[in-house]
Amino acid sequence: MEVVYALWLRQIRRYFRSGSRILGTLGQPILLLLALGYGIGAIYERAGAGDYLQFLVPGIITQTVLLSGVFWGIIILMDKRFGFLSELLVAPVSRTKILLGSALGGATISIMQGSLVFILSLFLGFKPYDWLLVVPALAVLALTCVALACFGAAIASSVNDFQGFQGINNLLVMPLFFLSSALYPLDSVPTVLRVISTCNPVSYMVDALRFLLINQTHFGLTKDLIVIGITCVVALAFSVNRFNRIQM
Amino acid sequence: MAQEIIATNNVTKRFGDITAVDAISFSVKKGEIFAFLGPNGAGKSTTIKMLTTMLRPTSGNLHLAGHNVTKERDAARKTFGIVFQDPSLDEELSAYENMDLHATLYGIPKPQRLKRIQKLLELVELWNRKDAMIKTFSGGMRRRLEIARGLLHEPHILFLDEPTLGLDTQTRNLMWDYVKRLSDEKGMTIFFTTHYLDEAEAVAERIAIIDHGKIVASGTTPELCKQTKTKSLEAAYLKLTGSTTRDDDDSGDNNGLNFKMALRNTRLR
Repeated sequence: MEVVYALWLRQIRRYFRSGSRILGTLGQPILLLLALGYGIGAIYERAGAGDYLQFLVPGIITQTVLLSGVFWGIIILMDKRFGFLSELLVAPVSRTKILLGSALGGATISIMQGSLVFILSLFLGFKPYDWLLVVPALAVLALTCVALACFGAAIASSVNDFQGFQGINNLLVMPLFFLSSALYPLDSVPTVLRVISTCNPVSYMVDALRFLLINQTHFGLTKDLIVIGITCVVALAFSVNRFNRIQM
Repeated sequence: MAQEIIATNNVTKRFGDITAVDAISFSVKKGEIFAFLGPNGAGKSTTIKMLTTMLRPTSGNLHLAGHNVTKERDAARKTFGIVFQDPSLDEELSAYENMDLHATLYGIPKPQRLKRIQKLLELVELWNRKDAMIKTFSGGMRRRLEIARGLLHEPHILFLDEPTLGLDTQTRNLMWDYVKRLSDEKGMTIFFTTHYLDEAEAVAERIAIIDHGKIVASGTTPELCKQTKTKSLEAAYLKLTGSTTRDDDDSGDNNGLNFKMALRNTRLR
């Protein structure tokens, strides 16, 4: 347990020491909130669908933790490239513990990033439906973060260079975000898009947050939680499997 | 009879069609300083990786201090410290934090940690820089810290994979003096690889030369010279391994040394 904690602490320390990274990963969500929230918000309202900013915030929070989770998976890749992973792999500790510590560190950082975006959105005019429900929303967010950090760790374990990671980012992470319910309500999109989004676990993560924060849902909270739970388990198993296969 | 602390028996490692290490057997006695030499791609790093549990052998047995490396992995891991060929510190942590993380990984009890870390950091003259980030350290300082870290859990065996690569003469001498002292005073076994034969000649008590995945000769420097009817280790080495350069089929072993070896060889001819 102490090992997992030490590796977790390592990630947290690195996070607080890299001010530029904190700001860098916050820049995009702020931009999206401003450009989409205010820019498209006006048309959205004229279409009679209500306040777009309220609708958008849970989507952008999810996007933040998706990006941050995958981004912090890079740490495994950096350890691999810059040699520190050798030190970890010859230590008398199981690989699962090494992975767990790093992934939990990544997940914690994601939660902090997601919460920061939430706080920022309050300044932009976001109002949660019920402040009491923010607490379970954070719990859902935490589960989401664990799933996505594992996902990031699995990708990082599978590739050997940063170019490969970049490619996967473009091929996987971007579609996961854009083809989900993060940006648009699923009720009114063409069938193809709806089918794709329904298969995308990220949609359920957004949907659960949206239910808890603004009392709007497409799938219903029960379905959301089941899908998030399954995603979490699958991502964990996937990352353990990939990490165990690393050969130096 | 001194005890055999490193023992390998018929160890083979194949990567697909390539046989990197071909049925090698050798042993190192407790407290010995043992040099493992060979051209690039000869199988040195692969052997070290198998001994240090990073790679599984295709066949054969390896033992460290009596522990089977594949079957009792964690017990075997506790017996050795290693300084890798490539840097392996966390750049964004301080020297102290790197040491402390290592102490946690090896399960060193908390009360002993501070004392041990302080002693080792003082020894490698880094105690006054303990809170500085590794990214501000020079190459020599990093190497010294890596050695200190490798010793933190008081291993019986210290593996040094090309430890002096890129170090200045002062740091090299300092390092070898220290390594010799460790071997003399603590009876620690030292297993190292190097491309600098003068180093091997000066420090090692016994030498094995590996080429094309096979051990072609082993013994003390005088023994190797006698076997090959040559006058220096370098001459013996070149006679045994030939003076042409190799393709580097050992992925972990590429530091532009082919070029250096080529230069050396032309100068000798």
